[in-house]
Amino acid sequence: MPPPADAVARGATLAAPPPHLPAGAAAHGGDRVWNGLLVAMGGAILAVVGLVVLELVKVSRPALAAGATQFLVQKTWDPVAGSFGALAFMYGTLVTSVIAIAVAVPVSVGLALFLSEMGPPRLRPVVTFAIETLAAIPSVVYGLWGLFVLVPLLRTVVEPFLARTLGFLPIFRGAPIGLGYLAAGLILAVMILPTVASVTSEVLKTVPASLREAAFALGATRWEAIRLAVLPYARPGILGAALLGLGRALGETMAVTMVIGNSPEISASLFAPGYTLPAVIANEFAEATGDVHVGALAGLALVLFGLSLLLNSVARLLVRLVARGPARVAA
Amino acid sequence: MRSLPLRRAVDALVTIACGAMVLLALVPLGSLLWLVVSKGAPGLSLSFFGALPAPVGEPGGGVGNAILGTATMVGLACLVGLPVGIGAGVFLAEKGDGPFGRAVRFTAEVFSGIPSIVIGIVAYGLVVLPMRRFSALAGALALALLMIPTLARTTEELVRLVPGTLREASLALGIAQWKTSLRVVLRTAAGGILTAALLAIARAAGETAPLLFTALNNQYWNFRPDQPTASLTVQIFNYAISPYEDWHQKAWTAALVLLLLVGVLNVGARLALRRSTAGGRA
Amino acid sequence: MTKVLAAVLALAVGGVAQAENLLITGAGATFPFPLYSKWFSDYNKQNPALRFNYQSIGSGGGIKQITEKTVDFGASDAPMTDEELAKAPGVQHVPTVLGAVVVTHNTPVEGLKLTPQTLSGIFLGSITKWNDPALAKDNPGAKLPDTAITVVHRSDGSGTTAIFTDYLAKVSPEWKSKVGAGKSVRWPAGLGAKGNEGVTGLVKATPGAVGYVELAYANQNKLPMALLRNHDGAFVKPSIESTSEAAAGVDVPADYRVSITDAAGKNAYPIASFTYLLVYKDQADKAKGEALIRFLWWAVHDGQPSAAALDYAPLPKAVVGKIEKTLGGLTVQGRPVPLASSR
Repeated sequence: MPPPADAVARGATLAAPPPHLPAGAAAHGGDRVWNGLLVAMGGAILAVVGLVVLELVKVSRPALAAGATQFLVQKTWDPVAGSFGALAFMYGTLVTSVIAIAVAVPVSVGLALFLSEMGPPRLRPVVTFAIETLAAIPSVVYGLWGLFVLVPLLRTVVEPFLARTLGFLPIFRGAPIGLGYLAAGLILAVMILPTVASVTSEVLKTVPASLREAAFALGATRWEAIRLAVLPYARPGILGAALLGLGRALGETMAVTMVIGNSPEISASLFAPGYTLPAVIANEFAEATGDVHVGALAGLALVLFGLSLLLNSVARLLVRLVARGPARVAA
Repeated sequence: MRSLPLRRAVDALVTIACGAMVLLALVPLGSLLWLVVSKGAPGLSLSFFGALPAPVGEPGGGVGNAILGTATMVGLACLVGLPVGIGAGVFLAEKGDGPFGRAVRFTAEVFSGIPSIVIGIVAYGLVVLPMRRFSALAGALALALLMIPTLARTTEELVRLVPGTLREASLALGIAQWKTSLRVVLRTAAGGILTAALLAIARAAGETAPLLFTALNNQYWNFRPDQPTASLTVQIFNYAISPYEDWHQKAWTAALVLLLLVGVLNVGARLALRRSTAGGRA
Repeated sequence: MTKVLAAVLALAVGGVAQAENLLITGAGATFPFPLYSKWFSDYNKQNPALRFNYQSIGSGGGIKQITEKTVDFGASDAPMTDEELAKAPGVQHVPTVLGAVVVTHNTPVEGLKLTPQTLSGIFLGSITKWNDPALAKDNPGAKLPDTAITVVHRSDGSGTTAIFTDYLAKVSPEWKSKVGAGKSVRWPAGLGAKGNEGVTGLVKATPGAVGYVELAYANQNKLPMALLRNHDGAFVKPSIESTSEAAAGVDVPADYRVSITDAAGKNAYPIASFTYLLVYKDQADKAKGEALIRFLWWAVHDGQPSAAALDYAPLPKAVVGKIEKTLGGLTVQGRPVPLASSR
C-alpha cells in the first residue's frame, strides 16, 4: 500500500508542530517515561534500517570480492562456474519497469484529468473507489490473473498481431509464447496504476485555481487550459508520481515471477523471457548453497535496495516541489 | 490561431480519450474480479475453509491451515508492528522536529519503499538461521518490518492533524504532557489510526515473497509459532504454478477467500475513517 | 497455591501432549514429491502421532537446508558433491526409489524419437523448429509441425536438472564444454519454471514447448514422452522396467553416490536416477531421530510396493540389503536404534 498520497503531496504544509513546554517542565515521571518510549520507537526505525543494510552488506561480501563494478556489469549468471553478474537482472528490471511506466503514466494522467477536470462529478467516487480497490489486491492474485488470462491473450492475440504489423522492429521479433518482458511489464502497469494515479490526482489538486482561471479568461478551451496552464505546473509532480510508481514496480516479485519466464538472458525482443532482480532472489534464495551464490543474491538485494532508495528520495522531492507551489508562482 | 470549431473538437476528443483511459484502467480490475468470483465461487464450501490440503489427485481438501497460518502470522506481526509503527508515528509528530526526528522521518519514508523480498532475506538471516528452522515467527517478523514504516508516516500525519488548541487546552488545565498525548491527542486521532492499522494489516495479509523462505509452508494445522506455517498467499502461488487442473481451481477459490479477507479489512478501515471524521467535527 | 499448581499441571500435560504429536520437517526434491506425499500420508495413517511436513522446493534447497540444519531431513536426486559434503559433515545419503527423467512436449506428434544429438541440439538452442531436418531424419513418417520449439527448464536448483545435464554432458561433448552439468546451469535457451510442477505446467500450457520432468509428472498430466536412444542404440520408452534395467548392472558404492545415466543394457532407459533422503548419521533429537530412522526402514521395505503405482521403480534387492546395514549403523544421540522389524 503506498503512503497516503495526500500526505506526500502536502509534505511541506504540515500542521504546525505541537507546542513544547520549556525544558524542566517535564517534571512528571510519567512524562519522562513517555518521552523515553517515544524516542525509543523513533530509534527503533533507525536501528531496523541499519540492521537491514548491515545484514545485506555482510552476506553479499563474498560475491563482491571480485569487485563491485565487475558484479554489476557482468552479463552471465552461472552457478556452475560460480560466476555471477547482475546485468541481466538489472536489464530485465529496467525493461519491465519502463513498459510499466510507459503504459501507466498516460493512463494515470488521463484518469486524473478525468477525475479532476473533465468527468461528471458523480462518477468521481466510483472511479476513486475502483482505483483504491486495484491497490488493495495482493500481488499473487495479480499473478494468478496474469498467468491464466493475460499470458494466453498475449500469446494468441496480441503478440502475433504485433509480430505481423510491427515485426520489423527488433522489439517485436521472436516466437510469441505469451510469457516474457511484455507480460511482466503490462502486469506491472496495472499494479502501479493506483499509486501513480492517486499521486497525480493529488498533484493536480494543488495547482492553483488562478492559473486555470487565467487561461479561461484568455478564451482557452478546457483542454487548452490544461495543456498550457495546469500540466506544465504539475509536470515535476507527475514526474514524481511516475518515479514513485517506478519504485513500486522495481520491487514487485510474485506477479512478475509468474509471467516473465525466468530466463537470465538479455534479449532485445519484448516477446522473449527475462528475469528481474526480485524474481531471481525469490526463486534461488531458498536453495543457494555456497557463500558466493548466496552472496550474489544478497548483492542483488543490495542493488535493489539502493535503486528503490534513490527513486523514492527523488520522487518525494519532486512531489514536494509541486506542493510548495505558491512560493514558486509568486517568485 | 486555429478556428474555434477545431479547438472545440480537439477538446471533445481529449475528453473522450481521458474517458477511454478510465475504461482502460478499469478493464483489468473488472476482468480480475469477475474471474476470481466466477472461477473461485464454485469451489467454496465449508470443507474448503476447514480442511487440510489433499495430496495430488485426491478430491476435496481445503485451505483451513493456510487461513489459520495467515491469521497467526499477521496477528503476531501486529503485536510488534502496531505498537512500534504507531509509537514511531507519535514520536515523529510530537518530537520529530530536530535532526534526530528528521533522520527518522527520512528513514521511514525511504524504508517504506523497500521491496518485500529484501525484508524476507533479512528475516531469514535474523531469525531462521539462528533458530535453525523455518517458523511462523520469522514470517511474522518480516511482516512486522513491512508494516512499521508506512504506519509510522501515516500516524504522524494523523496526529499532526489534531488541532493544537485541543492540546493547549489540555495542558492549560494542568494535565501532564504524556496524559495529554495519550488521552486527548491520540484519542482524537484514534479513528484515523485505526484506519491506517487496518490497511497495514490488509497489506500484510496479502504478502507472499517474504514468507517464501521464512515461514516456508506446512500441510498440517500448526499452532506453534516456532514451526513452519502455511499461508493463503504461498498456497495460492504453489497451486497456480502447478500443472494440476484441480489445484488451479483451488488457487482461484483461495484467491477469492484472500480477496474477501482483504476486502473486509479495507471496508472496515473506510468505516473507521468515516466514523472518526464525523466524530471529529462534532 | 492451587492455581499455580493447576497452571503448572496444565503446562506439563500440554507439553506431554505436544511431545506425543511429532512434526518432522523435511524439504528438497520435487522429483519424488508425488511418491513422498503418498508415503507420508500412508505412514501417518499407521502412526497418527507422527506427521511429516515435506516441502518440495528443489534438490538444491533440500541440500542447503539440511546443511544449515533448518530441517530434519533433506531430499535430493543429485547426490551431494564433495564440496557440499564438506560443508555438511555427517550427512548420510539413503536411496529411496528410482525415477526417470523424461522429455515431454506439447505437440501432436506421437512416439517422438530423440537421439543424443537432437536432444542436445534442442536444449542448446541450435534446433529451433519441430520440423527441423535432423528431427525428421530420426522420425520418418511422423508429421512434424512447423512451429517453433520453446525450451522449458528449471529456474530453481534441481536434482532433476543435475540428472538431465549429467546425461547430456556424457553424450554431447558440445554440451559438456558449453554448459556442463549441475543443479543450476546456464541454459543457452528457454524459459525457467519452478519445480517439476512448474515445468510440467508450462509445457502443458504452451504449444510447441519441450521440457524435462520426472516420469510421474508426465503421466499424471497425460503429457506425451519422447523415446530416447540409449547407450546400446535402441529407442527406449520411459517405464518402470526400463528404469529398473538402468540400475541393474551398476555397482553401487558404499555411500550410494552414483550416476546411472546412459547405462548399458538393451532396454535400459538412458536418463534414470536414484533419489535420496539426506539425514545426519547421528541424530540429535531423540524422538525425531528414532521416528525418522524407523520411517526410512519402512520406506525401503513397505513403501516400495506403492512406488510402482506412481511410476517409480522400486530399489533393487541388493541395494535394499545394503541400506538395511546402513540404517542399522545410524545412531540417535550416540545410540543405535533397534530395527529388527518395521513398525
